[in-house]
Amino acid sequence: MSSQDTPEENLPAEPPHGTDAEIAPSDALVPDPGLPPHLPRRQDIDERAAKRSERAVAGLFTLSMLATIGFIAGFVAIDVDKIIYVWPIGHISALNFTLGCTLGIALFAIGAGAVHWARTLMSDEEVVDERHPIEAPPEVRQRVIQDFRKGAGESQFGRRKLIRNTMFGALALVPLSGVVLLRDLGPLPGDKLRHTLWAKGKLLINQNTNEPMKPSDITVGSLTFAKPDGLEETAEDFQEQIAKAALMIVRLEPEDIKDKRELEWGHEGIVAFSKICTHVGCPISLYEQQTHHVLCPCHQSTFDLADGARVIFGPAGHALPQLRISVNSDGYLEALGDFTEPVGPSFWERG
Amino acid sequence: MKKLSVRRRHPLAALVVLLFALAATGGLYAAFAPAKTAQADSSSQSIAIEEGKKLYATGCSSCHGPGGQGSTDGPSLVGVGAAAVDFQVGTGRMPAQQPGAQVPKKQPIYTQAQIDQLAAYIASLGPGPGIPSKKQYDPKGGDIAAGGELFRTNCAQCHNFAGEGGALTDGKYAPSLRGVDPKHIYEAMLTGPQQMPTFPDTTMPEKAKRDIIAYVNDTTRADNPNPGGFSLGRLGPVTEGLFGWIFGLGALIATAVWVAARTAKARKS
Amino acid sequence: MSTNDNPKSREKAPAGQKAADWADGRVGLYNLAKSNLRKIFPDHWSFMLGEICLYSFIIIILTGVYLTLFFKPSMGEVVYHGSYVPLQGVRMSEAYESTLNISFDVRGGLLVRQIHHWAAIVFVAGMLVHMMRVFFTGAFRKPREINWTFGFLLLVMGMFDGFLGYSLPDDLLSGTGIRFMEGAVLSVPIVGTYLSFFLFGGQFPGFDVVPRFFTIHILLLPGIMLGLVVAHLILVVYHKHTQFPGPGKTNKNVVGMPLMPVYMAKAGGFFFVVFGVITLLSAIATVNPIWAYGPYRPDQVSTDAQPDWYMGFSEGLIRIMPGWEINFAGHTLVLGVFIPLIVFPLVLTAIAVYPFIESWVTGDKREHHLLDRPRNAPTRTGLGVAWISLYLILLVGGGNDLFATHFHLSINAITWVVRVSFFVLPPVAFIITKRICLGLQRRDREKVLHGRETGVIKRLPHGEFIEVHEPLPQGKVFELTAHDQPKPLEIGAEVDENGVVRKVKRTQKVRAKLSQAFYGEGSQIPKPTPQEHEEITSGHGHH
Repeated sequence: MSSQDTPEENLPAEPPHGTDAEIAPSDALVPDPGLPPHLPRRQDIDERAAKRSERAVAGLFTLSMLATIGFIAGFVAIDVDKIIYVWPIGHISALNFTLGCTLGIALFAIGAGAVHWARTLMSDEEVVDERHPIEAPPEVRQRVIQDFRKGAGESQFGRRKLIRNTMFGALALVPLSGVVLLRDLGPLPGDKLRHTLWAKGKLLINQNTNEPMKPSDITVGSLTFAKPDGLEETAEDFQEQIAKAALMIVRLEPEDIKDKRELEWGHEGIVAFSKICTHVGCPISLYEQQTHHVLCPCHQSTFDLADGARVIFGPAGHALPQLRISVNSDGYLEALGDFTEPVGPSFWERG
Repeated sequence: MKKLSVRRRHPLAALVVLLFALAATGGLYAAFAPAKTAQADSSSQSIAIEEGKKLYATGCSSCHGPGGQGSTDGPSLVGVGAAAVDFQVGTGRMPAQQPGAQVPKKQPIYTQAQIDQLAAYIASLGPGPGIPSKKQYDPKGGDIAAGGELFRTNCAQCHNFAGEGGALTDGKYAPSLRGVDPKHIYEAMLTGPQQMPTFPDTTMPEKAKRDIIAYVNDTTRADNPNPGGFSLGRLGPVTEGLFGWIFGLGALIATAVWVAARTAKARKS
Repeated sequence: MSTNDNPKSREKAPAGQKAADWADGRVGLYNLAKSNLRKIFPDHWSFMLGEICLYSFIIIILTGVYLTLFFKPSMGEVVYHGSYVPLQGVRMSEAYESTLNISFDVRGGLLVRQIHHWAAIVFVAGMLVHMMRVFFTGAFRKPREINWTFGFLLLVMGMFDGFLGYSLPDDLLSGTGIRFMEGAVLSVPIVGTYLSFFLFGGQFPGFDVVPRFFTIHILLLPGIMLGLVVAHLILVVYHKHTQFPGPGKTNKNVVGMPLMPVYMAKAGGFFFVVFGVITLLSAIATVNPIWAYGPYRPDQVSTDAQPDWYMGFSEGLIRIMPGWEINFAGHTLVLGVFIPLIVFPLVLTAIAVYPFIESWVTGDKREHHLLDRPRNAPTRTGLGVAWISLYLILLVGGGNDLFATHFHLSINAITWVVRVSFFVLPPVAFIITKRICLGLQRRDREKVLHGRETGVIKRLPHGEFIEVHEPLPQGKVFELTAHDQPKPLEIGAEVDENGVVRKVKRTQKVRAKLSQAFYGEGSQIPKPTPQEHEEITSGHGHH
């Protein structure tokens, strides 16, 4: 592959066989004794053994036929939702098990029969076939190159540079149309990754109850997931919105919170963090209430919720964004605005 | 403080603590106990507390302190409630064999009656969640589909989609939910044992808990069907990959050896 | 017997022959069959690994076509009212709903789904093992470099088509995988955000990703793969199969069984064997129980969130990466995600380019049809094992949570072990493997010189006990010494005897160095010379 850039004369010691296309396989110690003599199998000399093989092959093919009949019978007879207990597999679908076993046997028996036939009855005398070099002989090579030169000359491709250059230009440009057509695969990002549904005054809605929460509902050590008020599961864009807005609420003893801003942005030790991991966006929520660590089940990024949710282990690059919350006049928890930084995985424009 | 700790082992110390505890219990109880529990038969209740206290002194006080106030070896039990005791002792986690990152579940060493007495005693130390009634946790009353939704939102991240458990940081883990008594599941949600967060009734109402229990009970019961065959532990693609390599590719390579092998030659004789 | 059948059938049943004549007049059948009907294939189990891949690919296509009859590649939301009770009344996408229907309501649907998925797992596993066989025996050497590349492309496409395939049902696990993909795409500098919005048709998850993946999964990638498979097979037939060295086997012949009838039966039969085994697997073992995962919602997740095994090493890369992130001038470089994203193809490319590096280092332009025994190419074998060790340790990293729970270890400790092993394990594996290879070469040399240990103990007249060594048969000696032992390249003096300075390019120096490493002292054990052999065999036969 690299002979072009490595002139051979600069390499004084070539491997012993150099570029010789033919190998003399005889740096072995002893001459090649050739193929060992062919020995007959039982089936070759004993017709009874051959008959046994024949019966085995026919038996396998017959087994296959029976299994196919079993497959059809099973398909017709067994209800699709029937569950049976099969030791040691467990409680499984009767239909799946029957169809799978019968079809599996029907197929396997055909294969096993054919292989057994080939192994025991077809000739097993090894045959030697000559190889021919993959490369064409020199005269053929010469001939093709000549033909090509002739054709190229007749096309005047090399002579009429204007045609050549414009053709390359046209061919290079035309795929651009295809690239441009891909533009409408999606809208431009804009600042969509920077905003979520959270806004000033949005109530925190408990996902378990679909109700707003009071600070007294949330005890120390508890874990609650919340969504913004007004986002319903039935909404057209629910998945897109919850993918950014999902919220995790925990309550710590205020004296346990090491980060001053975290304490300020919470309410009496109740703090709300984005549930979306800053690594690649898994919903991070393996909350250890004694250590205040939260672990991502996907790639084990670990965040310390007592210290501004900073990363203490794993591949995440920055802390979980915190949502500033407070209590409204009715005593319910509300957001004091959107997240101040983009939630979820980092991206080039994040900054 | 030092004086106090020297006299800790005085024969009368337990009595003093008991008196303190009883006085405190009475006071706190009067102050905090919900009306419902306060109506319980006071004489049988106090006998239970008394018995529980004895059990506590022999089995628990070495770590949790003689009055349940906690020590370096164990957290305070004041205010954890009867539910926590019933869970921890009922699943055999307590008494722990040794302190560590996580106390594993094992065969409980107390009878349910003893556990109830212990629970009564701990409950008397401070108000906390009580042992749920059968009506609260009975899986029959729950909605499995709704429970599945709640389970995937609140529980699957640690306990896996089928309640098989999973890893936490530094060797800790969320245990498997297979074969866990519905009562204990309810109590765990209520009290948040070890690293598990709590899911109090205020954020996860009784019905939601019952739905979750119904789902867990359904998905972990022994006769829950795996229509496709072996469940492979319900651990996701890792075990599937292992199985596919060993039994899929392994079986195929075994047959390939058979297909390509030379047939036995007849003996020269 | 088959050989007797041909003349008979010519007389009795000319119908088949008539059809063949007809086809010959249209497509030149006889000329095509002339050299191929009795084409020789050598017998070895490891030569059937490629067939496992081919057949599982065919099985995947057959079952895949069936699945498209029932699957709805749509992310439109519906409320489930099917027969799987634990999900009744739950909102889900049509893709997920139709996959539930295939699993619970279509008779045999679950079986076909499981065959499709198990076959995919076996397909990629088979390709990897097949590739390793080709690697360790040196079957990638000239003239088969292009076929090696085709095979490699098939492996990569197989992996990605598998990823797309298990993403289609839109269940909680696969959705988590797609979410990871979003994060990975977002990490690409400068264009990442745009790529992500084009891929998802807007914000994640949107409504477009499943139908788009569907088209790529069932049409684009399988189409390209089918073309590559055909080209791969044509080249296999054209090159004729390689063979292991042995008596009677040379670089200019191929020894084995003819296509018609033996390989017709063996290879044809093996298709049914593969299909049968995978079907039986699907009868007894659940794969991807999407009903247990639940429908995808971006705010839900289950632990044990792993991809299928063939993406496992990329999962390992992602999990062991430290969380590096650089912010500058209003931009973010997400190294914690982007580096694994770059290393992932590099790990694969490392093995793919090896044949070209080796052929450059050795400068060998001969055709090779005789395979190497792995021990006779210690450096290559060592590098291959180093690559496998890297791949395996990354698989461990990808499953670190399951290793933690099942072996009672700390997940953080495992992650650290994998981080260190990523750098340490491959060199260690290389050194150990090379030493083992050299040890085996030494043993071959011993055997050639001193024969086989018979286990017969003889007492010599002066009382010494010796074990009788029986000289190896000629065929065995030939087999053990037939390989060639290339001499390392040498640059020679840069100044010749006349004082003329010869310019030596840097690349040549590197090449000579590498050649030393491949074939220099300490990288191969010299074969016994004829003199040594002569001395031993003619003289005292025992020893």
